[in-house]
Amino acid sequence: MPNENQEKKASSLNFLALSNDSTAKTFIMATLVCLVCAVFVSVSAVALKPLQILNKELDKKKNILQVAGLYQDGDDIEAAFSKIEIKLIDLETGEYTTELDAATYDEIKAAKDPTLNVQIPKEKDLGSIRMRPKLMPVYQVKDGDKVTQLILPINGYGLWSTLYGFLAVENDGQTIVGLSYYQHAETPGLGGEVDNPKWKSLWSGKKIYGPDGNVAIDVVKGSVAPGAKGGEFQVDGLAGATLTSRGVGNMLKYWMGAEGYQQYLNKIQANGV
Amino acid sequence: MSNESKKIILDPLIDNNPIGLQVLGICSALAVTTNLGTALVMSLALTSVCACSNLSISMIRNHVPGAIRIIVQMTIIASLVIVVDQVLKAYVYDLSKQLSVFVGLIITNCIVMGRAEAFAMKNPPGVSFLDGIGNGLGYSVVLIFVGVFRELFGSGKLFGIEILTTVNEGGWYVPNGLMLLPPSAFFIIGLMIWGIRAMRPAQVEAPDFKIKEVNGTETI
Repeated sequence: MPNENQEKKASSLNFLALSNDSTAKTFIMATLVCLVCAVFVSVSAVALKPLQILNKELDKKKNILQVAGLYQDGDDIEAAFSKIEIKLIDLETGEYTTELDAATYDEIKAAKDPTLNVQIPKEKDLGSIRMRPKLMPVYQVKDGDKVTQLILPINGYGLWSTLYGFLAVENDGQTIVGLSYYQHAETPGLGGEVDNPKWKSLWSGKKIYGPDGNVAIDVVKGSVAPGAKGGEFQVDGLAGATLTSRGVGNMLKYWMGAEGYQQYLNKIQANGV
Repeated sequence: MSNESKKIILDPLIDNNPIGLQVLGICSALAVTTNLGTALVMSLALTSVCACSNLSISMIRNHVPGAIRIIVQMTIIASLVIVVDQVLKAYVYDLSKQLSVFVGLIITNCIVMGRAEAFAMKNPPGVSFLDGIGNGLGYSVVLIFVGVFRELFGSGKLFGIEILTTVNEGGWYVPNGLMLLPPSAFFIIGLMIWGIRAMRPAQVEAPDFKIKEVNGTETI
């Protein structure tokens, strides 16, 4: 039903006068709609990109600060983050490296880059992550010149998703300060309780390596009795989230083990930071 | 506001609710209602997409060739959804992280598409815009209703603020884990539809078929 509006426009724009069902109009309309939508989408994507990148970086920094216990809601993230120095380490040797720029290094991207990653042999792949980067960043929390904490990025598979997080370790390379995940998709209320502050606080003060030098830290079913033998190596599992708890335990065993940060942490234990 | 536009906005809230009466858009209602914050942002996102898509589709409705009209609608809706997703990522990063893929899935939400096809293609831009807002609000009402129940009984909070102190935090309330899983939204929506239809029997659909009564001597 052609209305007045249509007829008015038709005088100025020729193609609008074409029958709606003609092939020419179909093509013209399809092209026009695509063009307008494409411009609309790309303009908004380009315009908002800087804000989004900023948000992502801030979010990661906030998580690093939170696991180190240096962040309260409302703090200035950039100011607090100036206390932290980023260094890259080679996991195989445990030595610092300056091969790449630590400030712009992205360990999640590097894990997928064939020139920067290592395939993990199946029997060693406790975290079910298949690939890991050769280099990992270490965030060193400084108080003046003294390094007080080391924050190590870790990841591994839970029940539904890969959990990405940080483990904060004291400068003895042995005592845990905290564990926190910044990205996961576990069931809210069950596996998602890895975000529960009360559970996270259980990690503080636990030890990573046993007397024999092997990784001893683990997540156990039920709760750890106070003063129990080996209790300093054990953290309560999450009720109703056996697989997520197991994933957390396995991921720590992997990342603290010989494939992960063990070389580096052994050096710290022997020589200090 | 004229009576007609009032009716267009208020009608979809209860009388012609897209979820309650037409049972459309259930998928996201299950997924994003574990807490009120995400439910609210999702409602806003859907309402704005629905209103803007209705508006722009209605503006070109007389020139959309019938053969490609669904694709044209989808292109417009998809573009709007991408923009909304980008805006959320730029301004409310935390919430957009929780909503993850579900904002993108507004594209496939039957409510948006349904209103575009059923209303915007036949009506002028002004009322189409209002219709989009009305239906978006109808969806929002249900999402918030479900969200209140799920967050309150599932984690003892509303908008993340403690209302019932849970056992985990040293209180008395044992949270109902089922409330946090998608099936609970089905139960709540089901009960809600039951309630609405008990109040407004006009919404009750005629049964599609009747079970035939058979007495002892008759063969089927």
